[in-house]
Amino acid sequence: MSMADDIETSETASVQVAVMRRRPALRVAMLTLGPILAAFVLSAVILMLVGVDPLKYYSYILQRGLFSGLGLEQTATRMAPLLFLCASLIIAFRAGIWNLGTDGQFLLGAVIAAATAPLLVGVLPGWLVLLVGFVLAALVGALWSILPALLRAYHGVNEIITTLMMSFLGVLFASVLVKLVFLDPATTVPQTRTLPVADRLPRLFDTSISSGLIWGLIAVIAVHLMMTRTAFGLRLRMVGANPHAAAHAGLSVPLLTMAVFALSAGFAGLAGASEILGVAGNVRADWNPAYGLMVIPLVFLARFHGIAAIILVFFYSAMLIGSESAARRLGVPQDFTLVLVASLLICLGLGEYIDHRMRQKEQ
Amino acid sequence: MEALLTEAFLSSLLTGAIVAAIPMLLAGLGEQMSEKAGVLNIGIEGMMLMGAYLGFFVAFQFDSIWLGFLGGIVGGMLVAVLMAVLCVRLGLNQIVIGIGLTLGVEGLTALLHHFQFSRTYPRLPAPVRADLPLLSDIPVIGPSIFSRHPIVYIALLSVVVLAYLYRRTNLGMTLRAAGESPAALDVAGGNVEGVRVFSVLFTGAMAGLGGAYLANVGAGLFIPFMTGGAGFIGIVLAMLARGRPLWVLIGALIFGAALSLTTALQVAGSNIPTDVIQMLPFAAVMLVLMVFGRKARLPAALGISYERGAR
Repeated sequence: MSMADDIETSETASVQVAVMRRRPALRVAMLTLGPILAAFVLSAVILMLVGVDPLKYYSYILQRGLFSGLGLEQTATRMAPLLFLCASLIIAFRAGIWNLGTDGQFLLGAVIAAATAPLLVGVLPGWLVLLVGFVLAALVGALWSILPALLRAYHGVNEIITTLMMSFLGVLFASVLVKLVFLDPATTVPQTRTLPVADRLPRLFDTSISSGLIWGLIAVIAVHLMMTRTAFGLRLRMVGANPHAAAHAGLSVPLLTMAVFALSAGFAGLAGASEILGVAGNVRADWNPAYGLMVIPLVFLARFHGIAAIILVFFYSAMLIGSESAARRLGVPQDFTLVLVASLLICLGLGEYIDHRMRQKEQ
Repeated sequence: MEALLTEAFLSSLLTGAIVAAIPMLLAGLGEQMSEKAGVLNIGIEGMMLMGAYLGFFVAFQFDSIWLGFLGGIVGGMLVAVLMAVLCVRLGLNQIVIGIGLTLGVEGLTALLHHFQFSRTYPRLPAPVRADLPLLSDIPVIGPSIFSRHPIVYIALLSVVVLAYLYRRTNLGMTLRAAGESPAALDVAGGNVEGVRVFSVLFTGAMAGLGGAYLANVGAGLFIPFMTGGAGFIGIVLAMLARGRPLWVLIGALIFGAALSLTTALQVAGSNIPTDVIQMLPFAAVMLVLMVFGRKARLPAALGISYERGAR
């Protein structure tokens, strides 16, 4: 069938792998680039309808996000949280768990990092401050997924709804925490204490790129290797492919399900921490970049593959940076990137369908 | 405590519960039909938002709230057509496409709002109310239940109609078969695809109407992202109602009450931050899922696209 169903049963998967090997490189390229191109055309039509010149908009985005030195550095910095989120989703989706609550996990991770790190500066050595921030963020992220995890593992309650609900709750709760609990008494705007620039993640060489990028890359590659090369990863994939078969094979499906939630939500928490400890330094009330749902299409487009995800995150990050300044300069609201992402997702789905039909005809 | 039991408080609580419940009720009833037929319609949030936008746009342009509701239905169905083509006809993953549609509508309506209304923020005039004779004169419940916008009565009536449809008609049986055992329905000569497309379009219409109610009656204007998860709550209501429309109504009223309780507390002079108020319905959903989640029953073929002859 399509997308997630590709990994549904190991038998069809192996058949598909065999077919994929025979697929000519040209077609693979077309199936990847075709949907992307179609999505940009579709979005261009929408831009034209509201009276914006799409060529001007796209070229402005490319210029700002990719072809200017500062823009490229911003793009690389912005990749860090997105990469951690990719790691989070790759684990979940490969294990057949729909963690749609990464936004809440991300924000709560960010808030706890912002609440603790500035207080620890001077008490602990710099690297330990950052480490504590990251570890706490991962724990809080994981903690926020424990209800959906328990409900799914032991009561069989669909995690799509529970993670979404916890995400709404988490976003609001993060805002409450910032306004009522972790408020910086020194400022009038509701925000947490600020981590001094010198104490944030070090920058790379002479650039403004945060080294969070490196940790994000490591996270995605580690997760990719864990899911594809280790026995633990195979167990998780078995649970995702067919939980009944996994239970018959002697695996403890509930425990493995809990582990998937903890790992996935933990990485989402790390994503939040990387943004705070690397770039922002504090959390302002009502701050919510909502990266979580937007990373989903990228992970699908990459077919849950780590390296492919990294490449896509790079281009997506460039688009975000470009569209942020386009919003200021050309007056196109930033929400337009949502339209782009959605068209990408739909065109990608259509591409998968065409591929599926072509393979059916060949057989 | 005495202040909490005044007529004004009770009246505003009950009014608020009903006003807040109607969009969730409509969304839940719509989602229920999709789920019965085996389509997990995550795109419902997008359908609702599109209904809110188009409903407001039409009502504002043509100065008619009724045309606005029609516009809302059309808006919801436009998104539903996409969902039906991609997920039922082509069999793409329902969750991925559902999220995609929701994100796309969020972006699109925010974009359109930015270019059309963001400078002026136009408002609709206060909606008309239909006073049911005699009943609306009863103290407390009179003005809160029997003096509402006609759409409220239509929504309540649809609960009864749908309950009858599911239980007593062939269409109801066919819907259930499409969700429980599509292959059996196919063998029996039923049209799985047709039934599922119908159910998705119906969901779009109901969600769109709910969105239009939110914009035209609830707020009187369109705000980007204004549905704020009401569609997702509709999904939860449908999951917990185990196929019964009446339970969707009961659930919607409970969530509506949770929402309006806080508003009413503010009227009564309590001082709770708005973020906490907004958390209540989602917390209520989690609580309900924790207590009753085990009992939520979903159709056997939910979320699985049907392909004839496929294993």
